[in-house]
Amino acid sequence: MTWRFRTDLTERDVTPEEVYRDRRRIMKMLAGAAATGGAMALARGRIARAMSRSELPEETQAKETAQNALSPITPYEAATTYNNFYEFGLNKSDPARRAGRLTIAPWQVRIDGLVDKPGTYDLNDILKRLPQEERIYRFRCVEGWSMVLPWRGFMLKDLLAWVGVKPQARFVAFETLYRPSEMPGQKYPLLKWPYREGLRLDEALHPLTLMATGMYGKPLPKQNGAPLRLVVPWKYGFKSIKSVVRISLVKEQPVTSWNMAAPDEYGFYANVNPHVDHPRWSQATERRLGGGLFAPRIPTLMFNGYEKEVARLYEGMDLRRFF
Amino acid sequence: MIPPIRQLNRLVARMPAWPLYALAPAIIGYHFWLALNGMSGPNPVNTLERDLGRAALQLLLLTLALTPLRRLFGINLLRFRRALGLSAFFVALAHLLAWAVIDVASFSRIFADIARRPYITIGMAAFLAMVPLALTSTQSAMRRLGAKRWRRLHRLVYAIALLAVVHFIMVRKGWQPEPLMYLFILLLLLAARLPFPPIFSGEAGEGAKKSA
Repeated sequence: MTWRFRTDLTERDVTPEEVYRDRRRIMKMLAGAAATGGAMALARGRIARAMSRSELPEETQAKETAQNALSPITPYEAATTYNNFYEFGLNKSDPARRAGRLTIAPWQVRIDGLVDKPGTYDLNDILKRLPQEERIYRFRCVEGWSMVLPWRGFMLKDLLAWVGVKPQARFVAFETLYRPSEMPGQKYPLLKWPYREGLRLDEALHPLTLMATGMYGKPLPKQNGAPLRLVVPWKYGFKSIKSVVRISLVKEQPVTSWNMAAPDEYGFYANVNPHVDHPRWSQATERRLGGGLFAPRIPTLMFNGYEKEVARLYEGMDLRRFF
Repeated sequence: MIPPIRQLNRLVARMPAWPLYALAPAIIGYHFWLALNGMSGPNPVNTLERDLGRAALQLLLLTLALTPLRRLFGINLLRFRRALGLSAFFVALAHLLAWAVIDVASFSRIFADIARRPYITIGMAAFLAMVPLALTSTQSAMRRLGAKRWRRLHRLVYAIALLAVVHFIMVRKGWQPEPLMYLFILLLLLAARLPFPPIFSGEAGEGAKKSA
């Protein structure tokens, strides 16, 4: 691991009271991670920018600072009661109410396709092998709202390195659990179940791409995609598939659920891009949740603010066409 | 007409319609209060928009239910129709304002959205079509227009309801059951206006036949 993730998000003194206790715990935990050689360190009550950081162009820095001013970590309550997880219903509050019955242990992940060591892996065995770390990422939903979330997880590239990717592989396909008895939303054909998502191999291997197992210093809540979900912070939230049971390395671009349902609205790439509108709404701004009724919209950043890290993946591509 | 309905109609005839004008302020105030006090979830603006939009549509459908209620069942609540229709208008106005003033909060973006987002264009058209109906809801306006022209103008309400339901369907991702249910109810209410025989009796209060 030569690459180190550097967060540009800081915790601020204005963190809402109800998450204060969580925050203290997270900071302790992060301090622990730093002490054991983890990716983060703590300085004067803030998650420091302690990771090796390359020089940023001044403009980017100014932009990030402006965004940071509005980036306290989202209240835990908001992050766990306002979810799109259509397997549990169509309302934002449905997953929190109905995901409780989901069985998440034991949990197996089938890894197949163009890999050296295909098989069905127990999640515990995966976690024993792969180092986990904390990451604070912005999370931008295609619907125009956003959060700032402290995840815990491992890099997908570490998992892929372990199972061995064959040279012919060009894409990674993911599938959510299909279990209508525990996921009542799967009885309604809003989408073709199971939920499917996919990444280009270079996107999957990018060090920002995380397989999350926890957030806010706790195991992942079921409504947030327990016990294992993808987190791709520069893409709209629907790419970050939840409760993953299958990862396939494939040659062709895989089909993805929302793209199948409405191809003119949801592209395969789904990179956060303020210049390319969703046909039904502008993507130029977003509302950071947790700010109350009169919280203003804030400008959406290119690649959700991860332009410096990921723009090179899309060099020469027409992002209007490949939206 | 069956006796309970006759009794109901007599009771209704004695009831004033004006208390219904408290309905819109109460609905708007309640949802606004919830949103202000952090009781409508993590995305209060969005919840406010949705709740007000849904309430406006419900009031509109209630307004449209009065004619079939009388035609098919002989229940005469027509004296409440103006108050219900105006309540629908005011709640729709609050829905529009919540979106424009609190959510988007930018003139240029409001107009860009109305022009470029089909579901907003449709919602806006529905609202604009309500304005002449609200303005001509007074007795004097009715007299000025004459019954025939007034009635023709107010047939706009069918188009408004259809536009509102389409707006609701489009704002949701995929084909969701809730807005489709409203479409179904609207289609029932429109179908109930087709000329077929009443279920219980003739026109309310007249030609009372044997109860069915």
